[in-house]
Amino acid sequence: MTNLVEISNLHFERNKRVIFDGVDIVIPQGKITAVMGPSGTGKTTLLRLIGAQLQPGEGRILVAGENIHRLSTDALYKLRKKMGMLFQSGGLFTHLNVFENVAFALREHTKLSNDMIRSLVLMKLEMVGLRGAQNLMPSELSGGMARRVALARAVALDPQLIMYDEPLSGQDPISMGVLVKLIRTLNDALGMTSIIVSHDVTETLSIADYVYVMANGKIIGQGTPDAINQDKSAQMRQFVDGLPDGPVPFHYPAKALDQDLLGVS
Amino acid sequence: MLSQRTIESFVGLFLLAAMMALMVLAFKVSGLTSFFKPKSYTVIAMFDEIGQLKVRSPVKMGGVLIGEVSSITLDPQSFKAIVKMDIDHRFNEIPDDSSANILTAGLLGDNYIALTPMYSQTFLKSGSTIEDTHSAMILEKMIGQLIYKLGGGSSSKASTTTSNTSNASDSNKIDDSNHNVDTQKRIQK
Amino acid sequence: MSMDVAALGRWGIDSLRELGRAGLLLLRVVFRLPDFKKGFPLVMQQVYAEGVLSLLIIVVSGLFIGMVVALQGYHTLVKFGAAQQLGPLVALSVTRELGPVVTALLFAGRAGSAVTAEIGLMKATEQLSSMEMMAVDPLRRVIAPRLWGGFISMPLLAIIFNTVAIYGAYLVGVKWLGLDAGAFWSNMQTSVDFHLDVINGLIKSVVFGLVIVWIALYQGYYAEPTSAGIANATTRTVVYSSLATLGLDFVLTAMMIGGW
Repeated sequence: MTNLVEISNLHFERNKRVIFDGVDIVIPQGKITAVMGPSGTGKTTLLRLIGAQLQPGEGRILVAGENIHRLSTDALYKLRKKMGMLFQSGGLFTHLNVFENVAFALREHTKLSNDMIRSLVLMKLEMVGLRGAQNLMPSELSGGMARRVALARAVALDPQLIMYDEPLSGQDPISMGVLVKLIRTLNDALGMTSIIVSHDVTETLSIADYVYVMANGKIIGQGTPDAINQDKSAQMRQFVDGLPDGPVPFHYPAKALDQDLLGVS
Repeated sequence: MLSQRTIESFVGLFLLAAMMALMVLAFKVSGLTSFFKPKSYTVIAMFDEIGQLKVRSPVKMGGVLIGEVSSITLDPQSFKAIVKMDIDHRFNEIPDDSSANILTAGLLGDNYIALTPMYSQTFLKSGSTIEDTHSAMILEKMIGQLIYKLGGGSSSKASTTTSNTSNASDSNKIDDSNHNVDTQKRIQK
Repeated sequence: MSMDVAALGRWGIDSLRELGRAGLLLLRVVFRLPDFKKGFPLVMQQVYAEGVLSLLIIVVSGLFIGMVVALQGYHTLVKFGAAQQLGPLVALSVTRELGPVVTALLFAGRAGSAVTAEIGLMKATEQLSSMEMMAVDPLRRVIAPRLWGGFISMPLLAIIFNTVAIYGAYLVGVKWLGLDAGAFWSNMQTSVDFHLDVINGLIKSVVFGLVIVWIALYQGYYAEPTSAGIANATTRTVVYSSLATLGLDFVLTAMMIGGW
């Protein structure tokens, strides 16, 4: 089994704040790998680094065997055609309707006839159950529908790698179930490699093949979902079980409460 | 959302409107004729003084526009202004002894050249020179003469006859300076 | 005191850096030409959005400005008995100055602000990022067509403004105040020169158009992706492009008249 993405010794900081401090992650081909962690640990940043929208401070990221940050613009764009990304907000083009949103990449990158494009787009929309919504504008869609359209768009070019940024957050139980099933189906049926970035512990553990847990810029644990569930370390338990206080403090750093209330400086 | 066809039609209309507007600016507003220059022939006239005459000033005959000034240069020997004018080829039977006058349209208007036809049986043709020319009236000079004349009228009591006025510019040149002093004194009072 | 100097220095460096960033953006956009077949419909859409949709405000403003200049000019000229010179007065002030400058100011308010807000929102809603991840260069797909759209629209709008303004002056001068139509047009024709007045005015408007869209695109592309950030960016677009228009107008006029 080969690794599609290899991240080694990744360092990254933004506005003097360290986000990654020596992170190593490998994404095996054909599997669903989840990266979990509390909000603000830079999970989205990680995806942007893999997509080379950001440059790392140190370390390297290999995608399909190529150091993605050393590629020329042309080669980078060529490689990106093999990647799909589902953004947290969906990122649908608001001036195009659902059909054109899904057709966008096909029109840009292929010379297919209009009939072919139409068939492909309708198949993708059928897959997410929104063929009937093809003429709606993004503003007429609900949040869950918008994310499903975005998913159809992300897989329009049948990418090898698909990255999901918080696919499940803010979804009602039904659309969450739909999305979980879709992610699994896409991965298995189309042979894609998936990276899920999320903080929804239960659902993510239920679909992932392998899980990394991050906190404070480092990997604090990894393994199969079962291994994660049985991990005994305090940091891991707090995150997985959702305990309010623990190694990750509930309070933002501050001076003692009584002093603050009394106004002592 | 509008279809691409509709958008392109609107843009086409927009371009068309702009082109028509440019035509208006070119021909109606700036009177551009050089694109489709009508056939014309060039006539030369020399003037002592051309006043405010410019390139593209009109050339008229009996008040009708027949051409325009095409170039103005100074003759380095005689220090006269050489004015070339393009005259519409339709007016090709202008007697060659006609005279050219530089006149002013209204009190503050632009200068133009007025051709006055005479009786010769030969006509102006390309490259001909108009011999009989009358210079532009310069407002400052006319006012100067007027003030001078008024001054002369009051200081020498018996000089209110018409003959005096008619040859004022010739006879009074001799003691021009005296009178100027006179006038100034009066103004100071 | 030393704090003030430091702040001034930092402000200077920041401004310089911003200018550099804007310059790089322009270079990247200009030298990454979209291929014609795909780019043409996109540019058309932008000519529509920036040009055709600005037409109404341009025509109405042009008409009124022409009428007002004629009215004011008439009452001043008539004191000197030179009402016949109304045509040249209006035509010269419109083709040389009012046309390009007023069109540019209106264009900045109408199209510039819209471009900034649109790009800023596309950025805030991750549309630009997702385009990038779909291996489509947003500079080529989104930014470049807007630049060319503005570049094409602005002189066309200025031409239309000029014509409408002069027609407005004709309405007031000839139809209302009773000047002679022949004198109005012929005096105008003798004093307006197509190259010196009309074409130079249009050169100005091309420059203004380019600068306004450039500012609008830069402000949108580098806007802070929040509601307040986009609001600020839109305001800055209008303020900066109006100031740039007026400043450049002076420079260009000095160059054209002074023969630099």
